[in-house]
Amino acid sequence: MVIETLKRALSLICVMAVLAGCSATQEVEDPAPTQPETVTEQGAGIGDAGGVSPAEEEVPPPLPELDTVFYFDFDQAVLLPEARAALTAHAERLKAEPRSLRLEGHADERGTREYNMALGERRANAVRDFLVLQGVSASAIETVSYGEEYPAVVGSYESAWEQNRRVEMK
Amino acid sequence: MKRICLGLYVGLALSLSSWLARAELTIEIQNFVENPTSIAVAPFGWQGGGTLPESIDTIVAADLERSGQFRAVPQADMLAFPKPKDTIYYRNWRVLNAEYLLVGDVRPHEGGYRVTFELYDVFAQRRLLSQPVDGGVEQLRDLAHYISDTVYETLTGIRGAFSTKIIYVEARRQASGREKFRLIYADADGARERVIRESDAPIMSPSWSPDGKQVAYVSFETTRAAIFRQELSSGKREQLTNFKGLNGAPAWSPDGQKIAMVLSKDGNPEIYTLDLSTRRFTRITRHFAIDTEPNWTSDGKGIIFTSNRGGRPQIYQVTLASGRVERLTFEGDYNARPRVSPDGKHLVMVHRHNGVYHIATQEFASGDIRVLTETQLDESPSVAPNGAMLMYATRHNGKGILAAVSLDAGVKVRLPSKLGDAREPAWSPFLN
Repeated sequence: MVIETLKRALSLICVMAVLAGCSATQEVEDPAPTQPETVTEQGAGIGDAGGVSPAEEEVPPPLPELDTVFYFDFDQAVLLPEARAALTAHAERLKAEPRSLRLEGHADERGTREYNMALGERRANAVRDFLVLQGVSASAIETVSYGEEYPAVVGSYESAWEQNRRVEMK
Repeated sequence: MKRICLGLYVGLALSLSSWLARAELTIEIQNFVENPTSIAVAPFGWQGGGTLPESIDTIVAADLERSGQFRAVPQADMLAFPKPKDTIYYRNWRVLNAEYLLVGDVRPHEGGYRVTFELYDVFAQRRLLSQPVDGGVEQLRDLAHYISDTVYETLTGIRGAFSTKIIYVEARRQASGREKFRLIYADADGARERVIRESDAPIMSPSWSPDGKQVAYVSFETTRAAIFRQELSSGKREQLTNFKGLNGAPAWSPDGQKIAMVLSKDGNPEIYTLDLSTRRFTRITRHFAIDTEPNWTSDGKGIIFTSNRGGRPQIYQVTLASGRVERLTFEGDYNARPRVSPDGKHLVMVHRHNGVYHIATQEFASGDIRVLTETQLDESPSVAPNGAMLMYATRHNGKGILAAVSLDAGVKVRLPSKLGDAREPAWSPFLN
């Protein structure tokens, strides 16, 4: 009982950490690839308009860290808009400073194991193809699928499944 | 005189530490058939010194109950414990509503044991069987399963599968937080399990060779998926594939000459066959969708597989001679990992119904689907060689366990794992 509660608490903390990570990075990424100069202008403009936007947007973290985990919908290998934004930023950095990458595709526990193995590969390939389209060298990217064998969160509920349908960039 | 041979003595692939704690899987019977046959299994006699390490009558009674078709009369209710050649007072058994009576006797014989057993029809007041059977000193369980097979076949007309084996995957989290993956070989009742492969990386998709002497499986030990085959007697292993991408879902052909598998070496998950003598790979499917989880039809002329070429995972069949592909499943939006029942009449698969994953059968002739399970997240069905039951993996109290259900859904049994997560059971062919 205690262990179960602890586990739930820990996974909750994980969820919160991931969510916090997401929102922090999105703030930086969203403007960065498109029009970097507008960042300060935008901040000022919102202030003028009467402070509609949450305060934290005015303080971008000093060292912008990019998301390295990209999530997918159930039984899908299509990149979501957040993943595209993060990967566009990754591609810029990888072109400036080339390095070798490993993309690990995963699936949630629902459905059959070998089908999920194929689904994990599809997801890793979707990330790879997007990076290559942005000009990253294909030869620097290795993809592997672990299917449902390495869940990020152990549990049979929607929020666990959401976090397990992913590609991790390493 | 029947002598039990150890057709297969599984070599120690690792070391003596590969013996696990005894009886890791325990049996819980959920559902019997509506009117199970009542059988009294009297305590077997023992004509040697000390006590026997295993109780044959207990194992036989458990085997028969696990089939769901029999209920064993409690030994505490019995009025007498007759032995072979004793006079049977049928009224003693009629009052217990026992339809059949099994008695037996064990004696030391040539460094092992000789078991004599007799089966009686209580209502007809008639002896149906009287047999001796011999086995080695480590073979008490084999002797018990042999007796269960003989009784089961005599009373049901169906060949018993109690002497068969299972191979399954167990994942157990270590103190370090990392998982250890084990490939486990055990009796069909989960007893006498031993580790035949252990790895820090995932092990998946075990598949028996049709002669029961080898197993093919997927291992990630080389940091990516590769297909291996392993001889059970010696533990000798051979890596069969090392392609970029998927190397998965091995399935032995009925003649043992080929292994079907999924490879994505040409950019996309496709079904291939590997000829084990020529070492040639033949590509079977060509489609941009996911094609995976191949399994052979009973005649070896076709392969059934999962594909999402229609948008959702469904089951298809390809005829090897012509390459013609035909869709087999239409009911439900998720049908996957097909197997064919031993009589070739049913497809067995994972079927999603109202968002829940169950095991279902589909009759080839009529296309009728029957959902067999009520549990959740059910997967990896594997049918016993006599076609009476299938074993599958499910989750129970947050743990991966194995469970079994009869193909008519009347009998349900759980085999919970005490330690790790048990998954991907593969039921052996007949071994004797």
